Amino acid sequence: MDLQKFVAKRSNWTIPYALFLAFFVVLPLILIGVYAFRNTEGSFTLQNFTRFFTQSEALNTFIYSVGIALITTLLCILFGYPAAYILSNAELTRGRTLILLFILPMWINVLMRSLATVALFDFMHLKLGEGALIFGLCYDFLPFMIYPIYNTIQKIDKSYIEAAQDLGATRLQVFLKVIWPLSIPGIVSGIMMVFLPTISTFAISEILTLNNKRLFGSIIQDNMMMSDTMNYGAALSLIMLIIIAVTSFATRTQNDNDLNDGGLI
Amino acid sequence: MMKKILAKSYLYLLLLVLYAPIAIIILFSFTNSKSIGDWRGFSLDLYANMFTGQAAHSTTIARAVVNTLVIAVAAAAISTLLGTIAAVGIFNMRNRNLRQAIQFTNNIPMINPDIITGISLFLLFVSIGISGGYITVTLAHVAFCTPYVVLNVMPRLARMNPNIYEAALDLGATPMTAFRKVIIPEIKPGMVSGFLLSFTLSIDDFAVTLFTKGSNGLETLSTYIYADARKGGLTPELRCLAAVIFLTVLVLLLVFNRRSNRLAKQ
Repeated sequence: MDLQKFVAKRSNWTIPYALFLAFFVVLPLILIGVYAFRNTEGSFTLQNFTRFFTQSEALNTFIYSVGIALITTLLCILFGYPAAYILSNAELTRGRTLILLFILPMWINVLMRSLATVALFDFMHLKLGEGALIFGLCYDFLPFMIYPIYNTIQKIDKSYIEAAQDLGATRLQVFLKVIWPLSIPGIVSGIMMVFLPTISTFAISEILTLNNKRLFGSIIQDNMMMSDTMNYGAALSLIMLIIIAVTSFATRTQNDNDLNDGGLI
Repeated sequence: MMKKILAKSYLYLLLLVLYAPIAIIILFSFTNSKSIGDWRGFSLDLYANMFTGQAAHSTTIARAVVNTLVIAVAAAAISTLLGTIAAVGIFNMRNRNLRQAIQFTNNIPMINPDIITGISLFLLFVSIGISGGYITVTLAHVAFCTPYVVLNVMPRLARMNPNIYEAALDLGATPMTAFRKVIIPEIKPGMVSGFLLSFTLSIDDFAVTLFTKGSNGLETLSTYIYADARKGGLTPELRCLAAVIFLTVLVLLLVFNRRSNRLAKQ
């Protein structure tokens, strides 16, 4: 009888998933913190963090990753913004097929897309290396820049543009004074979806540079996979996690909108 | 006019760059040559090798395909069940703070880069002493798929007329019957979308699988490809595999998109 009453109250239906989230999402993230402040014997230490800041290898890789991520993000804005702008012009694109073609690659995993980049470079007899890495990353992440920008430009109230035109603005002025400022939230979301994943990328850099250049994600992975450096790996992950948390908090309002409109594809 | 042509050609040029590598892989999966760019006439040898055991690793490839599918079906089914029940629960929560806390936590797996999700679950399984295998990989996939189910079911609940459920209760239906006969039919499209999305995300996953598969030799397609690519370049048979994966994902997504377009029109 009590059980029936319990099930009849539908808000109780959240409980299984709440427990699942606690155990498989929250607890694991806490564990990253726990491992990060421990040494291999299991006692408290700050050594994992001092090691990051004093040992040049990880720190250099981190700085190098930030540099590569910045270049990738800038290139994605440079090539992605015009594409998103053109796509949002309904006269030119008619229907959703074109935008769909731009979004589809988002759903093929990065590893496969990187292999495709290798295939392209092989085909054109180009050498793999830093150039391939930057090309590959842009190739991988461009759709993630186009989509949020397209989404925001689409949602701009057309009467603003008409009002500007009525008041005598030229097309350039309409763009600079109306469309560009209103599309900045989309660019911010795009940066979130390109910059952070680029830093934490692993596997891609190894494949595209034949193991010559490594990004921060690879360093995390290497340390994580060996039991004697696992705690150091956890500390590096925690640093990554803090960067993510800070940036997603700073850009929270934009993200909430993007996630809740349900328009993932 | 000129501007239109310029704008359109820019889009098509970009699409060409986006799809050229994929097209090259698919094209060169139909010729029996060691390297890409070396066309030796049309042949299905590579596909045959992949499935008949001529290639050195063909048994592993076949097993990886099976593993990938088994895990994807299991993860999608569990996520759909868990996510649907959760969506109904969250939708009926009165406590605003609690509700926001759950929704916030629900967003975490979607915002986290997959390497962080993978590492955090890896640490969980290490701490409780479960060695990696089917179960850990499936649980990990459920963890990052369920949020998408919740997000697909919630809007359907919001659009529902709450009086129908109350009417069923007034007419003497038990809450369970009312749920089965009234709510399920309404949210079913959201559940199916959630299932398809989870299935696609699961077969597509690489990072989370890599960290949770353990060292007992369990390989899915993407971890297998990674292991092989790491050894040096693309072995010819992998081109077929890549071609098959590309086409499968593209077809799944087109089906999914047509569904959501149709549902949006309703």
